[in-house]
Amino acid sequence: MLAESLALSAALFTVGVVGVLTRRNAIIIFMCVELMLNAVNLSFVALSTLYGASGQVFVIFVMTVAAAEAAVGLAIIIAIFRHRQSVNLEDVNLLKG
Amino acid sequence: MQTELPATGHPLADTVARFVWLLPALPLLGFVLNGILSVRAAATIGPADPSAHDAHGAHGAHADGAHGDHGHGHGHDDGHDAHHPARHPSAALVSIIGPGVLFLTFALALLIFGAMRGAGDAMHVPFVQTLFAWMPTGNLSVDVAFQLDQLSMVMVLIITGVGFLIHLFSVGYMQDDPGYPRYFAYLNLFVFFMLLLVLGASYPLMFVGWEGVGLCSYLLIGFWFSDKANADAGKKAFVVNRIGDFGFLVAMFLMFANFEALSFAGVGAAAAELSVGSVVATAICLFLFLGAVGKSAQIPLFVWLPDAMAGPTPVSALIHAATMVTAGVYLVARSATLFAMAPAAQLTVAVIGALTAVFAATIGLKQWDIKKVLAYSTVSQLGYMFVGVGVGAYTAGVFHLMTHAFFKALLFLGSGSVIYAMHQAYHATHKHEDAQDMRNMGGLKAFMPITAGLMWIATLAIAGIPPFAGFFSKDEILTSVFARTHGSTLADASWLGIPGGVVLYGVYALGLAAALMTAIYMTRMMLYTFHGPNRTGEKERGHLKEAPWIMTGPLLVLGVLSLAGGWFNLPAITGGAIGPSEVLHHWLEPVVGTGTLIVTHGEATHLSHATEYALIGTAILIAVAGIALAAFRLKPAELKPAKDAPAEQGIEKTLLNKWYVDEAYDKAVVRPTVGLSRLVLWKGVDTGLIDGLLVNGSALLMRAFGWLGSQWQTGRVGTYAWALVFGAFLVLSAFTLR
Amino acid sequence: MGNEFFPLFYGFHFYLFGLIALVSSILFVTRKSPVAAALWLINVMFCLAVLYILLDAQFIGAIQVLLYAGAIMVVFLFVVMLLNLGHPSELSDIRGKGGRLAAGFVGLALLAEIMVLARAEFPAKLTLPAAVTTEAAQGTAGIIGPIAAPLFREYLLAFELTSILLLTAIVGAVVIGKKREAGDAG
Repeated sequence: MLAESLALSAALFTVGVVGVLTRRNAIIIFMCVELMLNAVNLSFVALSTLYGASGQVFVIFVMTVAAAEAAVGLAIIIAIFRHRQSVNLEDVNLLKG
Repeated sequence: MQTELPATGHPLADTVARFVWLLPALPLLGFVLNGILSVRAAATIGPADPSAHDAHGAHGAHADGAHGDHGHGHGHDDGHDAHHPARHPSAALVSIIGPGVLFLTFALALLIFGAMRGAGDAMHVPFVQTLFAWMPTGNLSVDVAFQLDQLSMVMVLIITGVGFLIHLFSVGYMQDDPGYPRYFAYLNLFVFFMLLLVLGASYPLMFVGWEGVGLCSYLLIGFWFSDKANADAGKKAFVVNRIGDFGFLVAMFLMFANFEALSFAGVGAAAAELSVGSVVATAICLFLFLGAVGKSAQIPLFVWLPDAMAGPTPVSALIHAATMVTAGVYLVARSATLFAMAPAAQLTVAVIGALTAVFAATIGLKQWDIKKVLAYSTVSQLGYMFVGVGVGAYTAGVFHLMTHAFFKALLFLGSGSVIYAMHQAYHATHKHEDAQDMRNMGGLKAFMPITAGLMWIATLAIAGIPPFAGFFSKDEILTSVFARTHGSTLADASWLGIPGGVVLYGVYALGLAAALMTAIYMTRMMLYTFHGPNRTGEKERGHLKEAPWIMTGPLLVLGVLSLAGGWFNLPAITGGAIGPSEVLHHWLEPVVGTGTLIVTHGEATHLSHATEYALIGTAILIAVAGIALAAFRLKPAELKPAKDAPAEQGIEKTLLNKWYVDEAYDKAVVRPTVGLSRLVLWKGVDTGLIDGLLVNGSALLMRAFGWLGSQWQTGRVGTYAWALVFGAFLVLSAFTLR
Repeated sequence: MGNEFFPLFYGFHFYLFGLIALVSSILFVTRKSPVAAALWLINVMFCLAVLYILLDAQFIGAIQVLLYAGAIMVVFLFVVMLLNLGHPSELSDIRGKGGRLAAGFVGLALLAEIMVLARAEFPAKLTLPAAVTTEAAQGTAGIIGPIAAPLFREYLLAFELTSILLLTAIVGAVVIGKKREAGDAG
């Protein structure tokens, strides 16, 4: 189970990366990041079966931080949307020199 | 050559000779003091505009270039020139320091000379005083050391003695020049370097002096540098000298490579081990001679000396007649043993000397500027000196050096007095004629009898009339040449395939020809300047008079020396009838004796009395013939003043234009070099390669890199996400591939 | 892990839900509509919750459903609704063919690397905690015990800091997300 879990975790992580690279909608990119975090959680849990519950404790922390991050990130996206009327990341290009 | 004793072992070390280091130190002190005075005063009187008289600026554009010596030092009586005060504020102090330092040096030199006379036999080895180790490297250890021996003593006495007289003359001549302290500072510096040159105990130290006198020559030739022609003359002197210096340096390199020694003692010892005709010695001697050619203005590097007449006349007297130009002769005499081992080089020296003597004499026949006549005369006489030392008659060469210093300095200073008088006259009447052109002179004997008389003494000396000094020295050289046509290493050797004996006969013939022409042009100069009707102009005539005593006094002393100087080395044939014979020869024997004997196969030269009398007779005959020829054929009355004079034609034009040598050099050397510099080095390398490729190119490259880097910063989140992932990928690869 | 009593049961369900998770994630990434994407993500999370339970992390599984699927994803859906992004008729925001191809490439490469690393040996210097299996720990302390005990003992500081983090996040979210009235200072 460990090896398969790790393999699945890797696959999910990769899917998340591909999603970040492929999509332009800010919210969907955010959700891909969440997917990556979940993949990592799976890794932690899988390893914790062998090495003790510290892995699961860490998972709790990850989830907590993910929640906080989601809240603030979405607030930012809303604020940007109010300015630009779009969540397309191509439109957020004020840094373009 | 002499071997070296440690200085403490030398008997001279306890005498006043241990102050030999003071000899160069005193003029150096003079330079510093005068330099301070010159710089300090510059703040108060403003920039020392050397050409204080703007109205004379037009004189700079003369056909043969360097006419700076228009008495710019002479005050404007009528107060025209309101910009500069007539006399420098520190002039009085400088007048004491400048000549005073020289006087002290001369006095010390005399004392040391006395000590050397007293040491007697101990002077078979030189007294070397080492000051400090200068270049102690690996195999080579060069020290700053002074070598006191007979040869250097002779040179020191000439330099300080004649130098002192010229300093006195300058006090009068330059009295109203705004650059007065600067002048004496440079003059003192020159004496310092010249003394370093003759007192140095090794070739490198001599080279320091060599270069230093070249520097001072440049500074003094271009003393009135605001006239471009003068500055150009200074540059020309320096650059042409440099070519010779290259030869000197290569010779030193060869010496080090082959002998591992650069001191006179070391090289002399090594040279004695070689065999006559050695290739090493020939190479070294030829390169040394190249240095001498540059410094002493022989063919082909003589072109700077006539242009050097742009400097003040006392400078011409001191540097370009009595001392600096004789450095080459001193160099050859110093390397006597080395040259004796290279007959081919010696023949080269003699031939070039003879050719130069004749060549310069031909040009001197047709010059109108009084200083130019003397300049070419100097070049010619230097040729004689090189003939002397070239054939291994080192004493003869040095003797002629000495007598030439006397009468040439006298001639130059005398011409300085003449020019001074002419300038005073022209200033008084506001004319702008050339004060140095003989066509503007004439009949000056009536106005300047003392100067005229003294210059006639010098003329007779240079022509070689007994009992004046020049006769003895010239005669000895010519006799030596003749004597070595048989039974000498030179006769055994060959030069460019011609047997040495034949070459020497040719040298002798050229020497006679030069003597004839010398007599002619010198008489011509005297006739046009002092005799015949006066062409200066009615109004000016009233202002012509003798120079002040401060200037005429030194002339008197030099006149006595020109008269009696021959007694320093009477030929042996006189047998002591009129005075001790061969004094100089015996004096110099410890230094150059070995070299001389090698050339003559170990025996003193003997010619039969009959031959010798014949030679002497021939010399006198030639001299008299020359004077007579000039006196009877030339008609000073037919001359017109310079501005009305007709242009020359034919051979006379060629002679006046110095056989177009300068023009030839210009076309063959100067223009290609300038062209090369402009096209290749400037446009090609400097602008194109360095500016374009390296500087601008590197800037462009950085800009390109910057552009490349800026492509990263798109400001788009998508790009940054890619970058992130890519980076993570790379990091993981590092782990994977490990 | 995997109950010794019912290995087949565990194994089958493990593979089943793993597969569903994977397929759902791929579907999630390729949907045009944000709502559809979100729902597929929720599906992934449910599957992961099942996997957690199968891996002896029952508490985590529960938390996963409560927190991730039930709170975070709901917030996402709220925002989508708020910004009126639900209509699938708008232009797709997926990048062009080139982008997708490159991304796919990188993805595969990344996957390959991770797989290689996963099989690699641990470096000798890395010290692993004592091999106490969760199962054994749960035998003595119950299901929540092995989590709670370290949480309030070794990781107490981190726990407290995380609470502060949450506070900061709440405040930040409110401040940033607030609608600006006219006359508000930026």
